[in-house]
Amino acid sequence: MIILVFLSSGLFLGWSLGANDAANIFGTAVGTRMLRFKTTAIVASIFVILGAVIQGAGANHTLGKLGSVSTLAAAFTVALSAALTIYWMTRLKIPVSTSQAIVGAIIGWNFYTDSPNDISTLSKIVTTWVAGPILGGIFAVLLFILIRKLTKKTKTHILYLDIYIRYGLLLVGAFGAYSLGANNIANVMGVFTSSVNLPILDFGIIQFSSTQQLFFIGGVAIAIGIITYSKHVMETVGNSLMPLTPEAAIVVVLSQALVLFIFSSQGLSNAVQSIGLPPIPLVPVSSSQVVIGSIIGVGIYKGSKEIKFNILGKISLGWIATPLIAGMVSFLLLFFVNNVFKQDVGGDRQLITNLKPIFNTQLINEKSITNDSLVHLKNENISEQKTKYISPEVTKNNPITTNSNYSIIAISLLIIILLIILYYVFKYKKAFLRMESRQKVLDEQYKTKIKKLEKNLEDKILIQNELDRELKFRQGEMTTMAMNIIRKNEFLSDLKNEVIHIKSGIKEQESRLALNKLSLMIIQDLSLDRDREKFQMNINKENRNFLHQLSETFPTITDNEKRLASLIRLNLSSKEIASILNISPKSVEMNRYRLRKKLKVHPKTNLHDFIKEL
Amino acid sequence: MSLLYKNVKQLVFDIDNYIDTVEHGVLVFKEGVINYLNSEQASFNEKIEQIIKLEESADKMQRKIDDHFYRYSILPQNASEIELMLDRIDEIIDISKDNLLQFDIELPYVPKEIKNDFIRLVEASVESTLNVFPAARAFFREPLKVKEMLAKVYFYEKEADKISRNIKRRLFHDMNNLDLSQKMHLRYFALHIETLSDKAEKLAEVMSILALKMSI
Repeated sequence: MIILVFLSSGLFLGWSLGANDAANIFGTAVGTRMLRFKTTAIVASIFVILGAVIQGAGANHTLGKLGSVSTLAAAFTVALSAALTIYWMTRLKIPVSTSQAIVGAIIGWNFYTDSPNDISTLSKIVTTWVAGPILGGIFAVLLFILIRKLTKKTKTHILYLDIYIRYGLLLVGAFGAYSLGANNIANVMGVFTSSVNLPILDFGIIQFSSTQQLFFIGGVAIAIGIITYSKHVMETVGNSLMPLTPEAAIVVVLSQALVLFIFSSQGLSNAVQSIGLPPIPLVPVSSSQVVIGSIIGVGIYKGSKEIKFNILGKISLGWIATPLIAGMVSFLLLFFVNNVFKQDVGGDRQLITNLKPIFNTQLINEKSITNDSLVHLKNENISEQKTKYISPEVTKNNPITTNSNYSIIAISLLIIILLIILYYVFKYKKAFLRMESRQKVLDEQYKTKIKKLEKNLEDKILIQNELDRELKFRQGEMTTMAMNIIRKNEFLSDLKNEVIHIKSGIKEQESRLALNKLSLMIIQDLSLDRDREKFQMNINKENRNFLHQLSETFPTITDNEKRLASLIRLNLSSKEIASILNISPKSVEMNRYRLRKKLKVHPKTNLHDFIKEL
Repeated sequence: MSLLYKNVKQLVFDIDNYIDTVEHGVLVFKEGVINYLNSEQASFNEKIEQIIKLEESADKMQRKIDDHFYRYSILPQNASEIELMLDRIDEIIDISKDNLLQFDIELPYVPKEIKNDFIRLVEASVESTLNVFPAARAFFREPLKVKEMLAKVYFYEKEADKISRNIKRRLFHDMNNLDLSQKMHLRYFALHIETLSDKAEKLAEVMSILALKMSI
C-alpha cells in the first residue's frame, strides 16, 4: 500500500502523459471527426499498456544510467517534480515534453545528491532529442511522397479513400500508442525501478518481472489519462501548429510512431549491431517534438506558408524551459523531503548524513575499511552497499528506523496536502470551465438576440420602405386625380365660354334656348363634380391622420381650411386648387392667407413646408 | 467500420447513378428541343414526360446522398463542398426540365430561317454541359485530372454565348417580318438555352476549386 502511495506521483505523471500525448496520436483523427473519441481512447489505452509492458525496458535502461534514483522517497519526489512541471506548463497551454521533464528532474536529483552526471548518457539523450524531430521530419516527407504517389496510382474513389484513411488512422494510431508506451513508460515509471522490487508474477507461459509490473501500472495510468482528459487536449491543441488533413495526420502519426519505435526497440538495435553498424541508442524521446518535426517536414514539403511559426517559438521555449524548471523543482523538493521529512533521498549526501552515527558507534574499528569502501562506491549501488554495512542488529537500535515511522506519517501528510492542493486546483479548473461554458452560452444567447433584433430591424425597415413607397404612390395617384379634375374643369370652363360666345351670335330663339340649357348643364357639372367628390373623399381618407392632427393642434380650424391644407400638402398651386375647388384663384389666395394666420405660420416660412412638417 | 464500408459502397453507386441521371436528362432536353423545332409533337411530349421523371429521380437520389453524407459522417471535412457540387449538378437537370416545359407551355414561334441557329445553340450548350459530367466522375477518383477535363466545358460555353448573341442580333436586326413580341419571346428562349451552359460553367468552377483543395 505504501508503495502505491509513493508511486502516486509517477501515476500522476502517467496520467498527464496520457492526457497530453494521446492528442499527438489521435488528435487530428478526432478533430476532423474521422474517428470517434471512444474508439481511439480504447485502442490507445490497450496499445499503450502493451507497448509499456512488452518493450519498455530499453529506454528505461538509458534513463537509469543517467541517474539511478535509489530510494522510493527520492523517486517519488523526482516524479512529482516532473509531474508538477508538466501540469503547470500544460495550464499555460505550452506543449510540454515528459521526457525532458523527467530528465531535468533526474539531473536535479544528481545535483542534490552530488551524484555525477553521466555526460555520455546525457549527450546521447540530448542528441536523440535533436535527432528525433529531424528523423520525424525525414520520415514524414518520405511517407507523404509515398502516400501521395500511391493514391495517384491506385485512382481510388475518394469515398473509399476516406474509409481507408479511417482504417489507416486507427492502425497507425495503435502503432503510435504502442510506441508511445514502449518509449515513454520509462519517463513515468523509470525512476521507481531501482527502488521498488515486486515479486515476479508467474503465469506459467509468461512471467512478469517487477519492472514489467511497474510498467503495467504506469501504462494503466497513461490509459486513464487518455480516457479522462485527452479529449479536451485534442480539441484545443489539435490543430494549433498547422491544420492537418487526415492523410497528413496518418503520415505524421506514422513517422512519430516509427521514431519512437526505433528509439525503444532492443531487437532493432541488436539487428543493426549485427550488421556491423553502431547500436541505436534506446532513449525516451519526446513524442511532441517528433510530431512537430514531422509536421514541419510535411509543411516544408508542401511550402512552409501554412506553419504558424509563433506557436513553434512558444513550443521551443517550452523545450528549453521544461528540463530547467523540472530540475529546479526537483532540487527544491528533494531538499524539502530530505531536510524537513528526514527522508532518504539516496546518493552521497544521504550516505554521509545517515551513516555518521553508525560509523561513530558500531563501525569505529572498521574506519579504514569503510573509508576505503566509500572511495570505491559507485552511484548505482550506493544503497546496496549501505545495506551491507547496516547489520540487522544495527537497524534495530538505529534512530533511522524509529524516525522512519515519523517520516512515513510526514510523507503521508505531504501527500494529503498535495491531494488537497490538487483537489482545489481541479475545483478551480472545473469552476473556470463551468464559467467559460456559461459565458459561451450567454454569448450565444446574446448573438442570437442581436441577430433577432437585426432581423426585426431589417423587417421594420422593409415595412417602412414599403409604406413610404405606398405613400408616394397614393400621393402620386391623388396628384394625378387632381390634375385630371383641373384639366376637366378647365375644359368645361372653356366649353362654357365657347357656348356663351356662340349664343351671343345666334338670334334664333330655339337654338339660344338649347345653348342656354347646354351652358347650364356645364355649370352644374362644374359645381357638382362627382370626380371632385370622389377626390375629396380620397383626400379625407388618405389624410385622416393629418386632418386629425390638424384639428388637435388647431381646434378652431374649419372644414374648408382643412381641405385647403390637404391640397397644399399635395404641393398644388393656387390656380390648381382653385380649379379643384371651383373657386377663383384670388379666393384661394385669400384662403391661404387666412390659413397662414390661423396656423400662425411665420411670414418667411413656406406654407407647404409648414404643413408637410406637421 | 464494415457497416460504413457497405454504406460507402452504396453511396458511390448512388453518386454515379445520380450523375448518369442528370446526364441522361440533358440529352433528353437536347432531343426534346430538336423535336420541338422540327415540329415532332409526339416525340416532344414523350421527352417532356421523360425529363420530368428524370428530374424527380435525380432529386430523390440527391436527398439520399445528402442523408448518407451526414448520417455516416463521410468525408467530414469536405462533405459540405461536395454537397454544393451535387447541388450545382442538380441545377443542370432543373434548368433542362424548366426550359423544356417552357417550350411546351409558351409554344414559341421559331421561323425557319432561324431554326438551324437554335439547333446549333442547343447543341453547343448541351455539349458544354455533357463535358462537365466526365470531370464530375473523375473528381471522385482523380481530382488532379479534373482541371484539364474542363477545357471543353469553357470552350462550348463561349460558343453557346456567341451563337445566342448571333440569334438575338438576327432577330432584332434582320427579321422585320416578326412582331416585337415574337422577337422578345425568341430572345428569351435563346437565353434559356444558353443558361444551361452557364450552369455547366459554374459547376466546372466549383469542381476545379474543390479538386485543387482536395489534392493539396
